[in-house]
Amino acid sequence: MLEIRWHSRAGQGAVTGAKGLADVISTTGKHVQAFAFYGSAKRGAAMTAYNRVDDKVIMNHEKYMEPDYVLVIDPALVFTSDVTINHKESTRYIITTHMSTDELIKAQPKLAGKKVYTVDCMTIANDTIGRPIPNTPMLGAFMKISGMYEMDFFKESMKRVLGKLPQKIIDANMLAIQRAYDEVK
Amino acid sequence: MAFDKMELKDIEVWDGNFAAAQAMRQSQVDVVAAYPITPSTPIVEGYAKFLADGYIEGEFVMVESEHAAMSACIGAAAAGGRVATATSSQGLALMSETLYQASGMRLPIVLNLVNRALASPLNVNGDHSDMYMIRDSGWIQFDAFCSQEAYDLNFIAFKVSEDHDIRLPAIVNQDGFMTSHTAQGVKTLSDDAAYGFVGEYKPMNDMLDFEHPVTHGVQTEEDWHFEHKARQHNDLMTKVMPKIQSVFKDFEKLTGRKYNPVEKYNMDDADVCVVCLGTSVETAREVASDMRAKGIKAGVIGLRVIRPFPFFEIAEALKNVKAIAALDRSSPNGAAGMLFNEIAGALFNTDTKALLSGYIYGLGGRDLTKAHLVALFNELQANADAGKVTTKLQQFIGVRGPKLAFL
Repeated sequence: MLEIRWHSRAGQGAVTGAKGLADVISTTGKHVQAFAFYGSAKRGAAMTAYNRVDDKVIMNHEKYMEPDYVLVIDPALVFTSDVTINHKESTRYIITTHMSTDELIKAQPKLAGKKVYTVDCMTIANDTIGRPIPNTPMLGAFMKISGMYEMDFFKESMKRVLGKLPQKIIDANMLAIQRAYDEVK
Repeated sequence: MAFDKMELKDIEVWDGNFAAAQAMRQSQVDVVAAYPITPSTPIVEGYAKFLADGYIEGEFVMVESEHAAMSACIGAAAAGGRVATATSSQGLALMSETLYQASGMRLPIVLNLVNRALASPLNVNGDHSDMYMIRDSGWIQFDAFCSQEAYDLNFIAFKVSEDHDIRLPAIVNQDGFMTSHTAQGVKTLSDDAAYGFVGEYKPMNDMLDFEHPVTHGVQTEEDWHFEHKARQHNDLMTKVMPKIQSVFKDFEKLTGRKYNPVEKYNMDDADVCVVCLGTSVETAREVASDMRAKGIKAGVIGLRVIRPFPFFEIAEALKNVKAIAALDRSSPNGAAGMLFNEIAGALFNTDTKALLSGYIYGLGGRDLTKAHLVALFNELQANADAGKVTTKLQQFIGVRGPKLAFL
């Protein structure tokens, strides 16, 4: 069982990201689950989304999770919410920030001694898509750190998931995914 | 046909709401009248979008309240169409008067009820308070434990509800958020296979059949009211369960997916067992398997059909168990829980010596964790070992503050 927790603000696309990832993984024959806690459901409010991936049918519906990966797609959430909750030894963190990994850990000591990777999904999204929607670049960074799929397969799959969007937007998302894949450290 | 078909993958990653909306599209529902409410909104939103995009030949009626939504559904069903809608919580509460009208008028309507807590305090998350509130309203009630089942049970509900021997409305329950907003793989039917299973709608005593005028929604006082209610109850007690069984069989033939009024898991030699509803059934199944590895013979019973209540089926399933926990996700507010009472009733005149205890859990979407269930199975084993219930008969799982226990 692979478990992922997303930290996001409502409107930044964590649910879409989690569902898109589940959709891609499902096509490879694995079983998936994607869900979210909406809280007060206001745009901009901190929220979390979740993925489970397994070789067998997923019957566990508990909300409690000790994640293998924590994906943080808003840079402020590292400071305003506890992204390390239910941490386990092997948990890896991929965090959106303009800082380097060392600078980030200095600014948020809770991350010290943990497996932390950083990437600036906000700048990447602004540069490529033209809007601060950091979910697809985060998936590119996740592919790099997890080694889950080859980039070609993943991008082809994401083109299908994004299928109904205008071609220009799909192309921009592909650029964003590739840039985050290349830039995550 | 005057609508487009949709190509689906064999497995689509859908949440329970979208699965229900797709089933409504594939069943070609003629009329949906709805007043959307969280967390069921995407079901009727989905139907409306499919309609606008030309995938359905039907009518979406926007109304001013849930009371009006069900009233319009009743009108459309009496007129002679295939009718469905969706609601949750406060919406169902406002609908409750008309729910009794629909069942009393013997109108086949499918209601997707996305289970949510009832205010006050206001809460949009999943529990079974709404499901329990209308359990005596004369509707058939199915329960889905995941999005696949929310999809499948919609087809089954139409087929049972619309049968001319049944003609009773049916509710398909799914857990708010835990199913409705949780995307999982759903094995799909093609549009043709799905519609072929549900079949073309065959009206009966429809008001738009002007050759055969009929009256709907009449008044009967003490001269006839009791006979109408007794006949409705008779049909629920004698005709509905056999029909459900036969539709379950037909569905299994079509899809390979087998449904039962009482879903048993590891029950053949179980010493201890949990009886529950919704997503909790699946989580409990996973924990029951873990408990077996630790030497505790744990089983799980999930109710697929809540009304008519599978009285004899549940007594049969529980006859060799030593300790049973009835899990109710609704505050009984001054009584034992619904499942506790129903199970006690089903077992009372049997030879079983099973120990029965009740648990209230998960109100307002409070998480039921695997750790909770491990503790619960251990407690049941302690009861079985002691030969008596070692705790109070009613306890709370996962609530903060001093431990609450009653009875």
